[in-house]
Amino acid sequence: MQEAISFTPQLAASFIAEILWLIPALPVAAAAVTALLGRSRRRTSATLAIGALSFSLLLSLVAFAHVVSGWAHEAAVRETVNFTWMQVGTPSGAGHVELGWVLDPLSAVMLVMVSFVSLVIFIYSIGYMAHDGNYTRFFCFLSLFAGAMLGVVAANSLLLLFICWELVGLTSYLLIGFWYERPAAAAAAKKAFLTTRVGDVFFLLGMVWLFAQTGTLLFYNHGAGAIEPTALAGLLAAPAALGLTAAGAIGLLIFAGAAGKSGQFPLHVWLPDAMEGPTPVSALIHAATMVAAGVFLIARVYPLMAAGAPLLATRVLTQAGTLAGGTTTALTVITWVGAFTAVFAALIAVAQNDIKRILAYSTISQLGYMMAGLGMGGVAVGLFHLMTHAFFKALLFMGAGSVIHGCHGEQDVRRMGGLRSVMPLTFLTYAMGMLALCGFPLLFSGFWSKDGILEAAEHWSVAKTPFYMLVFGALLTAFYMTRQVSYVFFGHWRGHKPAQESPAVMTLPLGILAFFAMALGLIGTPAWPWFRAFLENRAAGFTWRGFMEPGLLTLMATSTAVVFLGLGLGWRLYGGLAPRPEEPDILEKAAPWAWAGLRGRLYVDEFYGVTVVAFYRWWARVADWLDRRLWGGAVAGVAWLFGQWAGLSRFLDTNVVDGSFDKGCEELSVGGGLLARVQTGRVQTYLRILALAVAALAAILIWSSRS
Amino acid sequence: MTPLTGYLLVAALLFSIGLAGALTRRNAILVLIGIELMLNAANLNLIAFWRYGPHPELLTGMIFAIFSIAVAAAEAAVGLGLVIQIHRHARTTDLDAINRMKG
Repeated sequence: MQEAISFTPQLAASFIAEILWLIPALPVAAAAVTALLGRSRRRTSATLAIGALSFSLLLSLVAFAHVVSGWAHEAAVRETVNFTWMQVGTPSGAGHVELGWVLDPLSAVMLVMVSFVSLVIFIYSIGYMAHDGNYTRFFCFLSLFAGAMLGVVAANSLLLLFICWELVGLTSYLLIGFWYERPAAAAAAKKAFLTTRVGDVFFLLGMVWLFAQTGTLLFYNHGAGAIEPTALAGLLAAPAALGLTAAGAIGLLIFAGAAGKSGQFPLHVWLPDAMEGPTPVSALIHAATMVAAGVFLIARVYPLMAAGAPLLATRVLTQAGTLAGGTTTALTVITWVGAFTAVFAALIAVAQNDIKRILAYSTISQLGYMMAGLGMGGVAVGLFHLMTHAFFKALLFMGAGSVIHGCHGEQDVRRMGGLRSVMPLTFLTYAMGMLALCGFPLLFSGFWSKDGILEAAEHWSVAKTPFYMLVFGALLTAFYMTRQVSYVFFGHWRGHKPAQESPAVMTLPLGILAFFAMALGLIGTPAWPWFRAFLENRAAGFTWRGFMEPGLLTLMATSTAVVFLGLGLGWRLYGGLAPRPEEPDILEKAAPWAWAGLRGRLYVDEFYGVTVVAFYRWWARVADWLDRRLWGGAVAGVAWLFGQWAGLSRFLDTNVVDGSFDKGCEELSVGGGLLARVQTGRVQTYLRILALAVAALAAILIWSSRS
Repeated sequence: MTPLTGYLLVAALLFSIGLAGALTRRNAILVLIGIELMLNAANLNLIAFWRYGPHPELLTGMIFAIFSIAVAAAEAAVGLGLVIQIHRHARTTDLDAINRMKG
């Protein structure tokens, strides 16, 4: 393996890095403008959203090209633009909270992937949402989501990443509950929000801890960032509880956040319910991008996760994501959780009948693969599966959307069938996505990315079990996808109204994604590991000898055999003879109790219902009782006291103050009445009085002068 | 009886006639005539006190009376104007009928 090019310290960021903030800002601005538009401005809102995202895609491509050209000239690009957001106090005096963005191979490929997949799904939404009354609101939320997701990807600060992360969670909530008049959708939105919040609390704790330890939340800052060697050495030296270093503990806390977002067991329960949202939302947020944010987060802080791994120690931390020879507690946990989730969700997917729910469990399972890949093989292995999965899972979801659209809203696969001839374009693209997901050999991207994970699992130093688990998961994946495709596209039509093909605005994006579901594999084959070399900053060379590495061909053969076994088994059981909707499933006849368990999603929801939810119900009742009796009683007592006091004041007012005043007024009024009688209005009366008065005055004067 | 006393008696008689007219008449114009009589009684007094006073050569009383007559003319013009306005407004000059200012 060639030695990596080390990242050259970049003093002045290039122009494209300086304006990298525009990539997330444009869709957010489009969302803001759309929010101010009226409901009837449908065309304007769609144009704004797609236009802004197109510019983002263009900028992303320029940024990507910049990174690639730097890499090709053996000058690895990691350019950061940081600025101080605010000052806060830390134990060691005043600290700065800094935000910023980073342009490196990881963010470049993610920016391109997110903006491209989003753009395709935006275009698809024009067709899918054509009959919805809240079209403008939909595009507003969708734009906001795309901006927030691009922000997560571009962020160079854990805090900025967290802000965008929460924005992504918010838009996910808004979009799952988009049809909020349906009680199920509103409940699913709440469930998604609360479940991911559980993970986010840990994430926040980890972030605060990291800030307390290192005094910075920037990832890269010319050697002073939180995941650069200096800070990591400090984190490794600081002990935490249970034999963990601070690095390991913080890594685990951050992983809890990632597990919530990426639907890892035991926080996966929200993702299947999130399928209540419109299908483009399921494709974009709950398959391609947002749920991958957790995987991306782990990849972003990978140096922290891998800090202290034995074999890494020599070329430690010069870069993100070398193939980990050793492992750390955090990475071990990530691996086991990922592998378990992969098998667990694949098992449940076997027994589901809702077309989108099958895909949802498949997504959870594939996210488990990515996590396991990160844990065992490093950034490139996990990220490559993230990339390929984003394309083929978006394709599958949009294909499912097209099927639902064509079947007039029907989502139960038992009430479909024979759509192969009615919806040929959808069938063709869906089949390609399905084969990519199963990992059909050589032609499809899923094969190469899954193989990378399996290869890493085979060489994992800790245990072999994850390898067997993942192979079993691959078998299940091929099986349940064959089952689904047989139900939907083969056999005969079992629905009510005849189905129809979807418009071109929906099938064209399917075609684009189908192309990438195949072609993307080319950049990650063992013969030309371009993607991995790019992320790890090594030179990429084309050589057939890549296949000749010991054990690789055996592994490929194993995985091929497993895939064919799964496909064959599925076709044998379901091909062409899918049962009528009322009939029990073939597997149900064979093993009713196992089927019931899988059908009931292994009762995780019910378990949470009797533990967590029941506890909160009880706690809410206690709080309610305290509120009513204790606090309520105290408040009522104080209120009573003041009521009495007010009564006394009122008595004094009416009887003492008002009484005396009224009496005085009455006297004045009577006096005025008496005096008013003098005022007769007759001039001559006044004159008479005047004359009498003058006469009286004269008499007094005469009288007084006499004496 | 000195001439002065005679004049004063005439003036007093004139004033009393005027006052009686002003107090008893119900027609506003007649009341005004009464007031004029009273004024002229006062003028007569002024002339009489000047003529039989300590400095009859200084013309002060006469000037005073002329001023008084001029003011009385103005006052009569204003008074008659008011009476005309009242008549226009109330269609009467009967003072007993014009009592809207009572308390």
